[in-house]
Amino acid sequence: MTTQFKDSIETALHNPNLTGALGRFSEAYRVSRAKAYEGIDFETVRDEIVAAKADASSRFEELAQQFKQNAEARGAKVFRTSDPEQVKQYILDLAREQGVQRVVKSKSMASEEIHLNKAFEKAGIEVDETDLGEWIIQLAHQTPSHMVMPAIHMTKEEVATVFSQEVEEGQMPDIPKLVKFARAKLRPKFLQADMGITGANIAVAESGTLVIVTNEGNARLVSTLPRIHVAIVGIEKLVAQVKDITPILTALPRSATGQLLTSYVSMISGQVPNTDGSPKQLHIILMDNHRSDMAKDPMFKEALQCIRCATCLNVCPVFRLVGGHVFGKTYTGGIGTILTAWFDELKKADDIQGLCIQCGTCVPMCPGKIDIPKLILELRRRIVVEKGQSMGMKAIYAVVNNRRLFHSMLRVAAVTQKPFKQGRFIRHLPLFLSDMTEFRSLPAVAPRPLRDTIKEIEQPKSPEKVAFYAGCLIDFCYPEMGESLVKILNKAGIEVIFPDEQTCCGAPARYNGAYEVAGQNARDNLKALLATDVKHVVSACPTCTVALKHDFIETFKSLGESDAMAQAEELSAKAIDFATLVKKLVDEGRLTLKEGETLEKITYHDSCHLKRTLKASQPPRDLLQQAGHELSEMYECDTCCGMAGSYSLKLPEISAPILERKLKFIKETGATKVVMDCPGCVMQIRGGLDKEGSPIHAEHTVETLANRFK
Amino acid sequence: MSHSFESFKTRAEAVSAEVHRFGTQEEATAFLLSFLQEEGVSPQEGAVCAAGTFLDGPRKDDLKVKVPGLSFEVSQAASASSKVGISQLDWGIAATGTLVQDASAVDKRLVSTLPPIHVALLGTDRILADMNSVLEHLRPQELNYISCITGPSRTADIERVLTIGVHGPERLIIVVVDDLQQVMA
Repeated sequence: MTTQFKDSIETALHNPNLTGALGRFSEAYRVSRAKAYEGIDFETVRDEIVAAKADASSRFEELAQQFKQNAEARGAKVFRTSDPEQVKQYILDLAREQGVQRVVKSKSMASEEIHLNKAFEKAGIEVDETDLGEWIIQLAHQTPSHMVMPAIHMTKEEVATVFSQEVEEGQMPDIPKLVKFARAKLRPKFLQADMGITGANIAVAESGTLVIVTNEGNARLVSTLPRIHVAIVGIEKLVAQVKDITPILTALPRSATGQLLTSYVSMISGQVPNTDGSPKQLHIILMDNHRSDMAKDPMFKEALQCIRCATCLNVCPVFRLVGGHVFGKTYTGGIGTILTAWFDELKKADDIQGLCIQCGTCVPMCPGKIDIPKLILELRRRIVVEKGQSMGMKAIYAVVNNRRLFHSMLRVAAVTQKPFKQGRFIRHLPLFLSDMTEFRSLPAVAPRPLRDTIKEIEQPKSPEKVAFYAGCLIDFCYPEMGESLVKILNKAGIEVIFPDEQTCCGAPARYNGAYEVAGQNARDNLKALLATDVKHVVSACPTCTVALKHDFIETFKSLGESDAMAQAEELSAKAIDFATLVKKLVDEGRLTLKEGETLEKITYHDSCHLKRTLKASQPPRDLLQQAGHELSEMYECDTCCGMAGSYSLKLPEISAPILERKLKFIKETGATKVVMDCPGCVMQIRGGLDKEGSPIHAEHTVETLANRFK
Repeated sequence: MSHSFESFKTRAEAVSAEVHRFGTQEEATAFLLSFLQEEGVSPQEGAVCAAGTFLDGPRKDDLKVKVPGLSFEVSQAASASSKVGISQLDWGIAATGTLVQDASAVDKRLVSTLPPIHVALLGTDRILADMNSVLEHLRPQELNYISCITGPSRTADIERVLTIGVHGPERLIIVVVDDLQQVMA
C-alpha cells in the first residue's frame, strides 16, 4: 500500500466528526431500513431487479438503440458515446450554440465521474449544484464522500463556515437555518438558469422514459424551469420495460434512506412545454465509459445490477470508520471500488481494494444481489496477475506452498518465541512487528501441534470415520480445540482421523490475490483429505470450511483449471463445520447433552464465514442453550471482529477500532464468557480482552461443549 | 375504498403531509376558502391554482371574489411569488401515501414546486393500492411528464438531520373529496 493511501486512512480515522457521524448513521440505518421493508418480500424484489438489470446488460446495444428511437420519436435528442470527453464536448457545444450562461444541476454521479463542473468553469459558464449536499461539496471544493449523502463527512459547523466563507458571512451552525439559507440562495439560480442538468435513476427503452428520484425537489425544478434540459445517463440505467420501474422504485428509497418512497419521482418521457409555452429542448446523453466492457466480463457484469443505493457503504464495518474520501474522487465504498477499477482504471483500485475486510455483510443486503467481496477478490487477483506479487509476499507463499518447510518453521517458532511469551500469549513484539500486538495479545505457538498430540488420544475403533481438517491455527496454536472436537465425536461413536498431509487451506493466498498458490494448496489438501473413505470432513474453522466447501472450486474456476474439479466437488459435498455436524448428531439422538445444568451467562459472536457463507448461525446457539447456558445476545453480534486473517496485519489501524467496538458490545451483555466458532475470531477477541485485562473469557464452541455430553 | 384512504392517510402523514377528507365538494371548498384566508393570502402574498375539474366554473368565480390574491393565471413569476399553489392530482397510492399526476402541462409543476405551500386536491375513489396500479392508468408510454409526490420537500444532507422544505414546498396539504368525480384518465 502506498504511504499516501495509509496517510489518508490515518487522517480519516483521526477525524472524530467523520467517525462519529458515520458510526451513528450506520446504526440508525439498519433500523430504518428494516422498518421500511416491513411487509415487503426483499428476496422477491431483488430477484425482479436482477432479472431486469441482467437482461438489460446482456443487450445494452439493442436497448440503447431502442431508447434512442423511442425518446427521439417523443421529441428528445439522444446522443450516445463511450467517451467522457465527448460528453463534455457535446454539452459545451450545446451551451455555446444556445447562448447558455448559467447552468443548474441536480445530483448526477455520471457528471461527477467525468468531472463536468470543471469543464464548465473552464468555459466560463456558471454552474451550480442544487442538491444541498452537492452544493456544500462544490462550495467547499471537495468531492462527494458518499453516493447518496455527499456531505455526510461534514458537521453543521463546517457547513456554516463554508457558507460564510463562500456565500455570505455570518451563517450560524443551525441546521434548519442553513437549509433555509440554501433555499433562498439557490432559488434565483433555478429561476435564471438557461440549462438544467440531471442524471437519471432508470432509463426505460420501450418508452424512452427517464425516472428521476429526489427528496429535495431540485430535479423537478431543474427539469422544469430552464429552457434546456440535459440528462446524463450511464447505460447501466437502462431497463427494457416500464414494468421494470417498480421493483427498482420499491428497493431504491428503502435501501438508500429507509423511506417507502422519496418525496419526488419524475418520469420524463418526451418534450414538454417551457414556462413561456415554447417546446423545451430535451437532450439525453447515454454514456458508456467502459460499462459495455464490464457487461462482456463474465464475472463483473453482475456489478451492473447496482441501483446506487449505497447499502454496501452503509453496512460496511470499514466504511463507517474511514468514510468515503479514502476511496478516491467519485464512487466510494465496496461498489465504488469496483466501479473505479472499471470506469477509471484497474490500478486506481490497487490500494482501495485492500480495504475490503471480506466479511460479506453487504451481500445479503444488496438489492442488485451483487457479491461485492467476491468481485473485490477478483480485482485483487487481476491486480496481482497484472503487476505481480511483492517480493515479501512471494517469499511467504514459497514457504506456505511447501508443507514440510512451513510446518517445520512453525515448530521452530514454538521455540524462538520464548523471549516474548507470557503464558499462552505474546503480548509485545519488538520493532515493526509491534503493530500486531499493540491492540491485542497474540497466541503463542503451542509447544506441540495437534498433529502430534492427536495421535496420543485413545479413540474407539469404529467403521464410521470422519476426517478432521484442523487448519493452521488449531493445529499449531490451539491444539486443545482439536482435542475437544475428537472427544465429542468419539462420544457419538465416530472415529476421527487426522490426515497428516493436510496443509494450509489457501485462504491467506486467495484473499491476497495469489490464486496459483491457493490452487496448489487446494490440490495438496484434496489429495490428503480424499485418501481415506470418510463420511464427513469436519473443520472447526469456518474460513477453512468455506475453503473446502466453496473456495477450492472457485479458485480452480478462476484459474481455468478443470482437472481436479471432480475431486473438489466430492470434498465440497463432504465438508461440514463443527457446530452443524454436532447439532445433527444431537438431533439424531447420537449425542446427548447432560440434563438439568444451569451454566453461566454467555454471549455469542457470529463469525463472518459461518454466518454468511455457511449460514450456520443457529446450530451453535441451539447447542449452547441446550447445554444449559443462558444466552445474552450482544448488539451487532454478526459484525466482523476485525481479524480477517492477514487483514489485521496489513491494516492494524482499522482492525483495532473494529475490535474495540466488538469488545464494547461483548462487555455490555454482562456475560462472563463470549463464545464463537472460529479460531481466528478467538485469536482476535481473546487477544483484545487479554490486552485490556478483562475477566471475560473468549472461547470456541468446541471448548465450551467439550465436557457437556453424556 | 375507505380502507385505502386510511392507509393513504397514515402513510402520507408519516411523511409530514397534512391530510383532510370531506364528503362533498362544498365542504372541501369551504375548507379551502378558510385555509387561504387563515394563511393570509392577499394580492401581496398570493395563491396560484392550476387548471382542474374541481375548481372550475361558478366555484372558481366565487373563490376569486372571496380571496383576492388567488389567481388562475399560472406563470413562473406568479408561482415564484405566491405563498400557496393549488392543483388537482390524478391518483393516490395507498401503500406509500403518494400523489401522482400527469404533469406534462408546466402549470401543474410550477404551482407544486415554487410556492412554500402546496394544496393538492384528490377524489377519494382515485386512491389505488400501489404504483403498478397507477402506472396502468398514467402510462409513461403515452405521457411525457409524470410526477409522483410523497410528502413535502425534505433533506437530511447536513448531519443526517431531517429538515422539511428545501427547494420544494415545506407544507403539503392533501384535500381528499368523496364526491369528486375525476373524469380524466
